[in-house]
Amino acid sequence: MTATASSAATSGVADDRPYLEVDDLRVQFKTEDGIVRAVDGISFALPRGRTLGIVGESGSGKSVTSLTVMGLHNAARTRITGSIKLDGREIVGLDDEQVRRMRGRDVAMIFQDPLSALHPYYTIGKQISEAYLVHHPGRKAEARKRAIEMLDRVGIPQPKKRADQYPHEFSGGMRQRAMIAMALVNDPSLLIADEPTTALDVTVQAQILDLLEDLQREFNSAIIMITHDLGVVSQVADEVMVMYGGHAIEFGSVEQVLRSPQHPYAWGLLQSVPSLRGNAEEDLDPIPGSPPSLINLPSGCAFHPRCAYKMVGGGPCDLEVPELLPTADAGHVVACHLPENERRRVYEEEIKLGAAQ
Amino acid sequence: MIRYLIKRLVLAVLAMVAVSVLTFLLFFAVPTSPAYVMCGKQCTAHDIAQTEQRLGLDQPIVVQYADFMKGIVAGRTYGSGELAVHCDAPCLGFSFRTNEPVTSILARTVPATTSIVVGATVIQLVVGVGLGMVSALRRGTAFDRAAVGTSLVGASMQIYFFGPILLLLLVYQLHVLPTPGYTSPLADPGMWFEQMLLPWLTLGFLNSAIFARLSRAQMLETLAEDFVRTARAKGLSRWRVYARHALRAAITPIVTTAGLYLGAALGGAVITETVFGVNGLGRASVDAVNQLNLPVVMATVLLAAFFIIVMNVVVDMLYSVIDPRVRLG
Repeated sequence: MTATASSAATSGVADDRPYLEVDDLRVQFKTEDGIVRAVDGISFALPRGRTLGIVGESGSGKSVTSLTVMGLHNAARTRITGSIKLDGREIVGLDDEQVRRMRGRDVAMIFQDPLSALHPYYTIGKQISEAYLVHHPGRKAEARKRAIEMLDRVGIPQPKKRADQYPHEFSGGMRQRAMIAMALVNDPSLLIADEPTTALDVTVQAQILDLLEDLQREFNSAIIMITHDLGVVSQVADEVMVMYGGHAIEFGSVEQVLRSPQHPYAWGLLQSVPSLRGNAEEDLDPIPGSPPSLINLPSGCAFHPRCAYKMVGGGPCDLEVPELLPTADAGHVVACHLPENERRRVYEEEIKLGAAQ
Repeated sequence: MIRYLIKRLVLAVLAMVAVSVLTFLLFFAVPTSPAYVMCGKQCTAHDIAQTEQRLGLDQPIVVQYADFMKGIVAGRTYGSGELAVHCDAPCLGFSFRTNEPVTSILARTVPATTSIVVGATVIQLVVGVGLGMVSALRRGTAFDRAAVGTSLVGASMQIYFFGPILLLLLVYQLHVLPTPGYTSPLADPGMWFEQMLLPWLTLGFLNSAIFARLSRAQMLETLAEDFVRTARAKGLSRWRVYARHALRAAITPIVTTAGLYLGAALGGAVITETVFGVNGLGRASVDAVNQLNLPVVMATVLLAAFFIIVMNVVVDMLYSVIDPRVRLG
């Protein structure tokens, strides 16, 4: 308790300075077909106690961004440039061993499918204490106590008994709780959740998100929530980054991005969410086409081949990559050639009513 | 666990009975009378009838089968009077051709086969699985490519090609090894080892190739699993991720394959024994088939089935030890 209290006190002071700073991050993989530009120039900052939602389709680069922060990319095939700073410390270019020490202790991760992410042959308790033991070597009894404490904290009944059970003896929601307990066992300052609710029942989803929010308040950690589910984003995120083809194309507070999005891709995402109150007969409005190949991105704005508003503003959509530029709203940045007043008009007149709000 | 074991043993016994019935029917499926085969061309009809009586072949088939089963439990006596031969329990039949109970043929040949097979299994598990694991961890390197190439050659090679080459080279040209054969390790362990070395290396190398390919594929598949990524995300060292998380999961199918291989091979390493002239079970059964020495054929088939069934049970038990998801019951 004293440890948490003092770290919360110190981090309370340091809150102005972001815990995680990513600057112009570029991640490229060499494959037989060519170079995959999985992340192409991403910058963001995240202080303790805040949640950033990263939204995008599969292959937009959202998971690669987080794996790179964790140092879980395949070092032999990956080229990383730019900067990732954790608590002021640069981690791009650190050797494997240094990144490994930080992994699980400073930054932890929760994965999409807790059944496949947990080892089928070890008990839940063993897997959690192992995570503690890596960073606290030799303290076996303490690790087990801590594992049971964490299971209790994430709301698993009879934690002592459950610690000796195997993942297959847990339900989906309980498994994800155990996964969260494992991620938080070392009090990490940054928690990356990669689609943590996608594999779960809707009712369980809400419980898991609530739990994450509670724990965030308690541990004052920063959270990156990677998802394609705008419902999840609206529930937990403070800021939202929308990714497309390895680029960030819109960034702002959750209100800015979800209530007045300005990028046509973000409109598309909103329109493809089914509405509870809408007309059951009405078809959903999916974004036409499919996500671009990260080896051969379309020229100019990567979204332009699928964009219903391309060239409407006369902008060089097919020639020039749009930059992330500030809008009239402070903190809301958008990468689109469409003029801002035109974007606002289109959203108000054409999108807002149709979108499931 | 106990309940499961009992259930499996009952099933195993049933399978053995089924196999014994099938092999027993062999006696009646062959076109010539076993008595005729045994007593030879100059036999008169009277001689054949006498032999048939001695073998019990004049009895109805069910009675014959009952006699056979009774022999296994209590032993039996063939014929009567002066010509009577006794066959102690467990009596698996009597080889009139060589004038001895089948069990003594088995007792003579099984140790040779077991020696070959166990030695080769050790090699294939150490060399094959080791090679596969290391090349999976070093995927794409020169080592991996060399290992994959070698194991492809090994997997496509045949014992009757590779064996004689080694035999010619090591035994007849360089004289570094004695002619392969079987000496009891109790009598002369050094000789046993030297004579067995060539069969071990040959069979071991060829099987290693198969196990290297299997374990490389298994390990690569496991390394791509989510739980391996989780292990790395915890900050575990590379070695710990491999040894505790990846290997443990990758080893399960290898255990299965190795167990079934072992079971099948114990029934007779036919080609290896023939190539190296080792008097093992495989060679004995081939000889028995050639000579239509049916009691021996039947016994070797039964024994082979026994090994396979036992290894199946063993593999299932091991599986439940390795994988907690497998509930026995």
